[in-house]
Amino acid sequence: MTLTINRTGRKAAHSAPSARWRSRKVQGWLYAAPTAVIVGVLFIAPLVLVVWMSLNRWPLLGQATFNAPANYTKIADNPLFVDAVFFTLKYTAITTVVLSAAALGLALLVQDRKPGIGFFRTAFFLPGAVGFAAAALLFYGMLNNDFGPIDPMLQSLGITDEPVKWIGTPNMALFSTITLVIWRFAGFNMLILLTGLQAIPTEVYEAARSDGANRWQVFTKITLPLLRPTLALMLILSVTGSLLAFDQFFVFTNGGPDNSTVSMVMVVYRDAFFRFDLGGAAALSVVLLVALVGLNTLMMRRLR
Amino acid sequence: MRRRLAGISLLGVLALTAAACGNSGGGGGGGGGTQPADGPVTITMWTRAATQAQSERLVQEYNKTHKNQVKLTVIPTDNYQPRIAAAAGAKQLPDVFAADVIFVPNYTSQGLFMDITDRVAKLPYKDGLAPSHMKLGTLDNRMYTLPHTLDLSVWFWNKDLYDKAGLDPEKGPKTLKEFAQHATTIDEKLGKDGKVHGTFFGGNCGGCYVFTFWPSVWAAGGQVMNAEGTQSLNDQPAMTDVFKIYRDLYEKKATGPTAKEEQGPTWTGFFPKGEIGVMPMPSTTLGLMPKDMKIGVTPIAGPDGGESTFVGGDSIGISATSKNADAAWEFLSWTVSDQAQVEVMAKNKDVLARTDLANNKYSAEDPRVVLINSLVAKGQTPYALRFGQTFNDPQGPWLRYAREAVFGDVSKLPQLNAEITKSLQQ
Repeated sequence: MTLTINRTGRKAAHSAPSARWRSRKVQGWLYAAPTAVIVGVLFIAPLVLVVWMSLNRWPLLGQATFNAPANYTKIADNPLFVDAVFFTLKYTAITTVVLSAAALGLALLVQDRKPGIGFFRTAFFLPGAVGFAAAALLFYGMLNNDFGPIDPMLQSLGITDEPVKWIGTPNMALFSTITLVIWRFAGFNMLILLTGLQAIPTEVYEAARSDGANRWQVFTKITLPLLRPTLALMLILSVTGSLLAFDQFFVFTNGGPDNSTVSMVMVVYRDAFFRFDLGGAAALSVVLLVALVGLNTLMMRRLR
Repeated sequence: MRRRLAGISLLGVLALTAAACGNSGGGGGGGGGTQPADGPVTITMWTRAATQAQSERLVQEYNKTHKNQVKLTVIPTDNYQPRIAAAAGAKQLPDVFAADVIFVPNYTSQGLFMDITDRVAKLPYKDGLAPSHMKLGTLDNRMYTLPHTLDLSVWFWNKDLYDKAGLDPEKGPKTLKEFAQHATTIDEKLGKDGKVHGTFFGGNCGGCYVFTFWPSVWAAGGQVMNAEGTQSLNDQPAMTDVFKIYRDLYEKKATGPTAKEEQGPTWTGFFPKGEIGVMPMPSTTLGLMPKDMKIGVTPIAGPDGGESTFVGGDSIGISATSKNADAAWEFLSWTVSDQAQVEVMAKNKDVLARTDLANNKYSAEDPRVVLINSLVAKGQTPYALRFGQTFNDPQGPWLRYAREAVFGDVSKLPQLNAEITKSLQQ
């Protein structure tokens, strides 16, 4: 009887961790399940569908017909897309440099806790609270030659003699769009950099100063190296956002003048919704996705 | 307890997902859900903002006088085509939708509209339906749409400005050259402070160019495309002569400084403000002009005379996915009935969708309306399967071509015209 009890007791003692482990494993799966379902339904399934669409001639209504790799091979024959690739890269390069400089400048300006600094931080961040399409429409109205207030103001101050063609020439359209993007995003990027700046221990600065380092040396030898992970995050966000640029060009310049501000996503949109070539648009999206994943992997390795 | 919580949350997510996936038939103006056979049916309808006023008047009158009801959704004109495409792809089209008549051939070839040949054949007034709209709504001898609104391009002139500039306020231009002279005179005499301009056009808007420039080509006996809509003839003298006249007006600064940048949404907004002497305008805006403004209306002419118009506007059809075809047809056939055409459309100075009703008790009150109605037979509606992507799309080849012709380098025109033809043949 004792033996039996002991045996049973030993068995129970032996199997308890395994049962608990199994139960924890099931629990783990259950905790992960909601996220897994969301990722599956909202990310994986659409991705698989887009890849499948890119391998088919996909009409608006009716049956799709398999035509791979026609949607991919015709991309090179699409001069609008080829031009859009170059334009988007140029836009990304300029925007990223200017935006980073502006955000870093703002972050350095407002990093110290001084009286009234909260006002400036809020003021710089405020444009980030405006929807991007709304901001693009706002700029369209402000800079409009017929009814915008900017031209009369500049003229009354004697800065310009006649209305400036803000979106009338390719260079001015790009300049105006970049100004819009900086206005809208500099404050948000400033916030990201501010968290990085405030994570740098004050002791490091004090040590540098007591060693006789001047402001420039402190900035280049202390601030920038220690800010590297935060700068990397900002760069990745900026590059990815710029390569996927759509709202600002769609609403503000409408791709003009003369197709000089057509971004890659605008070509995808045009192929899908104006030319009804859903398969071709899906192929462009897949190419864009692969390029973005590749570029981000590269950047993360370089900036780590 | 934890396990139970996890189970509940998983079930919640699944339920939400199922609800999200299964919600395709009901909301969003979709054409789904069958209605009870004996009760009144509410059908959904989409139209674009450009012809909103006419659609709203028709729907209001129909809802007032019928048991079945129509729920109208108005979509911004620039976004209309993408919205239709997205809705079609998701099988979420409304029961009926109006579309710019020039896009109709493409939509019918994509199978978006239901075949209504047999229903149209039973209409006693079927021969009176606007011929250009009916032609573009027919594919392989099957009919898919009815005319919904007609919007013709005509020249409006501001009689007060003509008077102030020393021109005869009762005589509008009879040729495009005369149009240019009038615009130049008004600009020279009244445009010094920069508020009044001789004329205006949408210089960065492909649809505006075709609507306002092409009638001058037709009036001169020329064509802009072959009959199949697969070859561009825009490099022919009939078109390039028209471009030259507008180019000259722009260079003389008689067009207003923003004509080159005008993308379309506001191109008709300057004339009602009394800022423009003479310009091509859509006939549907006549009823919307300020009451005290003295406006003359005359047909668009070629460089040396003739007259023509772009018969634009909307056609309407039942979507291929609608489950309320009978109720939808009841509304559609009512919109072209005598009652709707005369008491709703003609009463508001709109062009009628039926030629047999052109002379009615309301149109006779305003000679300008009689003139516009008479142009339906003289005008044209160009046919091309790839019309939208070639001529209306801001990234299409036509806008580049027209802008080079009016503002830029004319030596590029032959190559750009070849691009138009290539787009038409895609």
